[in-house]
This record gives sequence, C-alpha cells and structure tokens, in this order.
Amino acid sequence: MERAVTSGARIGDRPRPKKNYLNETRGFKSWALTVDHKRIGIMYLVGTLCAFLLGGIFALLVRLTLLTPAHKIFGLQVTAETYNRFFTLHGAVMVFLFIIPSIPGSLTNFVLPLMLGAKDVAFPRLNLASFYLWIVGAVMAVSSMIIGAVDTGWTFYTPYSTTTSGTVTLMTAAVFVLGFSSIFTGLNFIATVHKLRAPGMGWFDMPLFVWGMYSTALIQVLATPVLGITLVLLMLERVFQIGIFDSRIGGDPVLFQHFFWFYSHPAVYIMILPGMAIISELIPTFSRKTIFGYRAIAYASVSLALVSFIVWGHHMFVAGQSQLATVVFSALTFLVAIPSGVKVFNWLCTMYQGNISLETPMLYAISFLMLFAIGGLTGIFLGTLSTDVHLTDTYFVVAHFHYVMMGSTVTAFIGGLYYWWPKMTGRMYSEKWGQVSAVIWFIGFNATFLPQFILGSRGMPRRYYNYLDQFQPLHVFSTVGSWIIGLSLFMSAAVLLASLRKPADAPDNPWGGTTLEWQTSSPPITHNFEDQPVLENEPYDYRPKAVTH
Amino acid sequence: MSTTLPDIHSHGGHDEHGEHNPYHQHHFATMEQQFDTSKLGMWLFLVTEILLFGGLFVGFGLMQHRYPQQFIEAHEHLKQDIFGRPFPLYGTINTLVLLISSWTMVMGVNAAQTDQKKKTVRYLVLTILLACVFLGIKYVEYSHKFHDGLLPGIFYAHQSEDLIKGTHGYATFFAFYFMMTGLHGIHVLVGIGLLSWLVMRARRGDFSSAYYTPVDLVGLYWHIVDMIWIYLFPLYYLIS
Amino acid sequence: MSTETHTHVQGAKHHGGPLIYTANLFALMFLTVVTVAAASFNFGSANVVIALAIASVKAILVGLFFMHLLWDKPVNAIILIAGFLFLGIFLMFDFLDVTSRNNYLPRNMPNMENATPAPDSMNPLKTPAPRPLDPAPAKAEEHK
Repeated sequence: MERAVTSGARIGDRPRPKKNYLNETRGFKSWALTVDHKRIGIMYLVGTLCAFLLGGIFALLVRLTLLTPAHKIFGLQVTAETYNRFFTLHGAVMVFLFIIPSIPGSLTNFVLPLMLGAKDVAFPRLNLASFYLWIVGAVMAVSSMIIGAVDTGWTFYTPYSTTTSGTVTLMTAAVFVLGFSSIFTGLNFIATVHKLRAPGMGWFDMPLFVWGMYSTALIQVLATPVLGITLVLLMLERVFQIGIFDSRIGGDPVLFQHFFWFYSHPAVYIMILPGMAIISELIPTFSRKTIFGYRAIAYASVSLALVSFIVWGHHMFVAGQSQLATVVFSALTFLVAIPSGVKVFNWLCTMYQGNISLETPMLYAISFLMLFAIGGLTGIFLGTLSTDVHLTDTYFVVAHFHYVMMGSTVTAFIGGLYYWWPKMTGRMYSEKWGQVSAVIWFIGFNATFLPQFILGSRGMPRRYYNYLDQFQPLHVFSTVGSWIIGLSLFMSAAVLLASLRKPADAPDNPWGGTTLEWQTSSPPITHNFEDQPVLENEPYDYRPKAVTH
Repeated sequence: MSTTLPDIHSHGGHDEHGEHNPYHQHHFATMEQQFDTSKLGMWLFLVTEILLFGGLFVGFGLMQHRYPQQFIEAHEHLKQDIFGRPFPLYGTINTLVLLISSWTMVMGVNAAQTDQKKKTVRYLVLTILLACVFLGIKYVEYSHKFHDGLLPGIFYAHQSEDLIKGTHGYATFFAFYFMMTGLHGIHVLVGIGLLSWLVMRARRGDFSSAYYTPVDLVGLYWHIVDMIWIYLFPLYYLIS
Repeated sequence: MSTETHTHVQGAKHHGGPLIYTANLFALMFLTVVTVAAASFNFGSANVVIALAIASVKAILVGLFFMHLLWDKPVNAIILIAGFLFLGIFLMFDFLDVTSRNNYLPRNMPNMENATPAPDSMNPLKTPAPRPLDPAPAKAEEHK
C-alpha cells in the first residue's frame, strides 16, 4: 500500500476531492436528519461547547462571589442561596452536559470509525438518537435553571435533595435522559469496535485512542443504568415519599450515596479515560516515535475501567458507612494508582529520546502530563483514610478533582480538538496563537487551583459561602487565575474560528500521524475512504522506511 | 483475520452470493456481519436492562435487610387463600404464563428462521395473547392492593390490625413491589408493541431465512423480560 | 470485523429446534413447581438461597436454549455474565457496608450509657426539618 509517511512528513499527496462530508448535501434538514457519524460529531461538538460556555460562566460567577468576603459582583450583592445555585449549576452543567458527553460525543464520534477504517459507527440512527436525547436533556436542565434552579450540588445528596424546594425533580429527570444518551453512545462504540474494524486490524492493531474509548464505553454501558434507577428512586422519594432514602420515613440516606457513587465513581473514569485516550495519540505523533508499551497502555485502560467499579466507597469515608467498608474501599482505591502510573510511565518513555516538536496539541499534551501527575498524586492523599478524614469536603478535594477533570480531561480535549481540527474542517489554524493559548492555559489553570490545595489543607470547606478573612489572599489569587483560564479559552475559540474564514488548506496528514484517519482526505469524504483501507503496519510505526509503490 | 472479505465500498449491499438483500445497510460488508452486530448491540442493551432492574433488586435487598419482619408480614398480602392455606396463586400462574410465552416466542423465531411464514405469525400472536393474560392477572392483583390501601409512600392507607400505617417498612415493601412489577409491566407493554409490529411485518412477508433479525432481537428482549420475572417471583411471593 | 471465515448467510444453519425448546419449557415449569413447593418448608435462612439458586438455574436454561447462547458466539454470553457480575459487585459491597455497621467501635470509645443526653433542640429526630430556603447567614453545604 502506498504510504509516503516518514518522520515528520507533511505531504498532501492526493488532490483534494471536490465533495466532502461538509458540502455533499446542504440545508438544515441534511444536518438535522443526518446519520453520518462525522456530522453528528460536529453537532455534538457545537452542543457540548455551548454547555462548556454556560458552565464556565457559572464557574466565573462562583469565583467572583468568593473574591471578597462581601460577596459583591460589580456592586450587586450575591446571597448565599444564589451562591448555592451557582456552584450547583456549574457542577451539574459541566459534569452531565459537558465532560461526560464531550469527548465521546464529539471527537470520538468523528474519529473512531475513521481510525478503524469503517464507513460509520455500527448503529448510525442510534447515534443520532443519542444526540437528540442529549438535546432533550439539555433543554430540560436549562429549563430547570430558568424555573427555579437546583441548590443541592451536582451530587443531589439526600436528605437535602428530598426536602429542598429547588427544581430537583426536573433536573434529575434531565440527568436521567442524558444518561440514556450516554448509554447509546457507549453501546454504539462497543459494537463498532467489535465488528467494524478494517480487514487486517486485530485487537492489538487498534490505535490506543480506540482502546481508551472502548474502556470508556464499557463503563457507560455498565454503570449508567444504575444512575438512571437511582434518579428515578430520588424523584419518587421526593414526590411519593416511598421511604428508601429519607430517614424520617424509614429510609437510609447513606444508601443514596452508595447508589449514586456506584455510577458516579466510574463516571469519573468516563471523564478521564477519553482524555488519556487522546494523549496516547498526541504523544507518539509529536515525538515521532513508536508508543512505548502498547499492550501495557491498552490493558491499563481496560483495568482502570474495571477497577473503577470497586472503589466508590472512598467518597463516603465520613458519610456513615461502616468502618469495615471504609477500610476495604480505601485499600482498593490504591489499585487505581497502578494502571494510572503505568500509563504515565509509558507516555514519558515514549517521549524519551523522541524527536519532539512542540506544536499546539503537544503543548496541551505536556500540560496534561504535569497536571495529571498533580491530580493523581493528590488523589492518594484522599484515598488514604487518615488524611481523608481531615481533607474531606475541603478545597483540597475541589483542587484535586479539578486537576483531574479539568487539568487533565479538558486539557486533553482542547489538545485533541487542535489535533483533529484540520481533519474535521480541512483548515490549519494559526500555530503561533495556538501555542500561546496553551501556555496561558497552563499558567491560568495552576494559578486557579494550586492555591486551593493550600486553602483546603488549612481548613477552608468546599461549597461554603463565607470564609475567614485570612483566606482572602488565596481566594483572590484563585479568582484572578480563573480570568486567565477564560482568556486562554477565548483565545482558543478565536484561533479556531478564525481558521474557518480562509479556504481549505489542510493537508491530509498535517502531523505525520500513522493512524488510519490521516489516510483519508481533509475533510473526509462522506463514506470516509475512497477504498477500504487495509492495515499492514502495527500502529505508531514511525520507523523511516522505503516508500513502496 | 479474514482475507476473503469483499470490498465493502460497493454500494447496494450484495453478500458473497451476489444476491441483493434490501435490508443490507451500506456500512456492513456482509449480511452476516450486520446480523452479528445487531445482535451484539441488543445484548449490550439487555445488560443495561439487567443493571436498571438490578438497582431496584439491590435496593429491595437492602431494605429487606433493614426491615426483615415487616417485609415478611407484608408479603403475606401477595398470597391468596387456597383451601384454607395461603398460596401465591396469581404469582405462580403468571410465572407459568410468561414461561409459556417465552416458548411461543422462541418457536416463532424458529418458524421465521425456517421460512414458515404462517407459523411465525401464529406464534407471535400467541405470544401477544399470553402477554395480555399476564397483564390481566396483574391488573386483578393490583386492584386488590388498591382496594386494601397497600400502596407506596403517601398513598399507603391500609386499615386493619396488621401492617399498621406509619410503621417503617410496610409502605417501603409496597413501594418496591409496585416499582419493580410496574417497571416489569411497562416492559411487557413495550414487548406487546414490538410483537404487534413484528406481526404486521411478518404478515407482509418481510421475514425469511435470509433476514429475520428483528424477530430474533425482539425474542431476546422478550426472554430477558421473562428472566427478570424469574427472579422477581421468588423474591416477592416466596420469601419467608 | 467478523473473524469468521465461513460464509453462511443468515439462516443457512440453525441449532436448537422445537423439540429442545419444548423440553426446556417443561424443565422450567417443573422448576417453578419445585421452587413453590420448597418455599412451603421452613429451611430458615436457606430458603432465600434455595429460591435464588432455583431461579438462577431457570435463568441459565432460558439463556442457554431460548436465547441461543449455547450455540451463539461467546461474546454475547460474556456480555450477559458481565452484567450479572457487576450487579454482584454492587450488591456485595452494599451488603458489606450495611451488615458491618457498628461492629467496629474505636477502642477508646467513652461509655455512652452514663453520658448526659443531648437536649432535644440538638436532636434532628425531635425537631422538624428546617425549611430549605430559610434565610441563613452562612448556608453550608457539606457534601462531596
């Protein structure tokens, strides 16, 4: 097979086809009723980025409220109730509308069939249904905010969630619908990976991105139904008082936490595994080197998915769970460190003696490595019983999961967006400004969240409206950091959107990648490939080789 | 890895034998691949069903652990008086009805696979009828509970010397009873809808040994509904 | 991509058949009678175990024959088993918690029998739940 790719080659070796998936059909209906995974991916991208903007606005409002102990934003007094809604909506929007659906729905939808050499996902109509369920869920969630907002935190803990007058019922119904959207996406990916791999592509010939997304999909299918039933139980408890979670009518509030975290701890891995999956692509591509320990990373992805199901109790160390259960869950939690460590080790070894080029996606990937290391290591503090009792529900926890969820997953998401942007749109963005945005992102992120570790270990509780005066300097530091993050994100948006104004100029393979999506045109044609690709090399084969014809 | 795969880029869906199958979707190489994929997808969906019900099973188990005595007292009300002894009459009959309906379903699938079109329709209609019998018996059961006020949460209105209102556990038992049998009943209703759709298509002559995927998949769905009842039955009607 | 190299079209070959299905139905009905009969004896806590064991045998019969798992590609059976496995994990850890609560008290736990009882105003069970949106100066939400 013809492949003129050696290290660093940037050749658009074919004439650009006139028709591609973007211009083959036109009009609103051709998008609204499409079953093309690439168009659905683009629609998911637009949708989840809108949610990201909404959640980001709430994040800025939370930080602005905490800027001074007087809690004034531009002279307007923010009440404690309003503050409760700010952080709840920030959490709920970011978790359920952005992080969980973003990478699977947008980037993966677009790239995964291309990487497998398939024409589409296994169930294209189910894919579209998943997107529309996301829309329905998003509309329900936003209307619950307009009607009266939720103030329970994104976790909906009982007994507060069964007694508050907020619109918990509508919000949980929205999350229920979003859960099914997530299940359908995951189900689709599992079937696609099992059945639609290109001829010649065995399980261990798949790109590691696919392995990561396969592991994610396993969790989506196995854990999300339990969230669905938990939320139904919560709604019934609120409306009919069936007596399962409310202790006044014979229920057990701790039971809600068990039910909730049986989904929501694996859900943390629904969020981080796609980030790791993207990094596993970026690092070898920009190091021009075969990935180190391919099988180890693949197995680590799957074992992270499995381990995620047996550690949920570490969210409940001080919640009234039995002492035996806390000890068991704490011990099991340390298992998470093994596959995570394996991955970071392998990524670093891939970079070692590689031919590293610091293009925008790689800068985000390196940020990921540093931020994930901090996020992961502080997780060990929280998995250890004795330290967690002190740190539970402090800003230390807030900082920890933001380092993992935002510092890792969102960083990888932006990096992946820059990486596949030429493939998705056919256009190159301004490399220089992309790099600047990456540096600002790294600075802003650390400025926002490093102080929160200090705040937390000194005893600043999370979700509190008031704080002691001595904490103000660190809160100011953190709030200023949030503005830097905002600046970086607006810069990224501007860089990417500006590229759309010029004519298509991206070569088929701008980064010299070796996975199959780079073998089709940029942007791809509607049926993905001119000819059915047949896999002949192992993935990430960057050894220079003779060009065969 | 197979090297004999045909060019999947050829549109219109031809399998290895060159026959055109109108149900062949363009992104699959062969009908067999398409069938296997659909089946895999269905099994994944069934697993989500198991975990959806599973959450309720776990909740039921934990609540029974919390209120063992109350749950046993409450479950006596699911039994009927047969020759002076309490016996779970409705539950047992319904179990048998569902088992027989599973058999008619699998016979329907078998008929579709072997090109027996009339038989396919007949077995599918029989399955629908048995599902209706199941729901009919369920209706009788439910109306007894409504009459006795044995209802979930705020609706609990039992007036008798046993199962006193306000005692923790009783209303919870009936909450789980109605949630689990209700969710199961909804699945039976959905099953009736799917089976009716199959009957319509089978009469039209859509199914043959070359294409019977929908019959097979609805069959799997129907069996999982049966399987869930197989666990519901002893937990609700036979605990002691 | 399917790894099968044989080329049968859908329906070319079928396992099972009316005889097996009918035999399976009778086995299932027989087991139903057995489980109802077993429930009328008192085996103590073994009753639940017996009932669930019989139910599992029935479920396996349904899966193997009615759902064709005996002859199907193993991946489908693996998916089903995985579903039950993860349900088992959920059940097991929840029971680990609720059955061991209060079993392990700290060694230096003071003797609570002689302690002064807390005033009713501090007892959440004896005071009505606060209205959620009462104006409170510092609304503290304490959950993770």
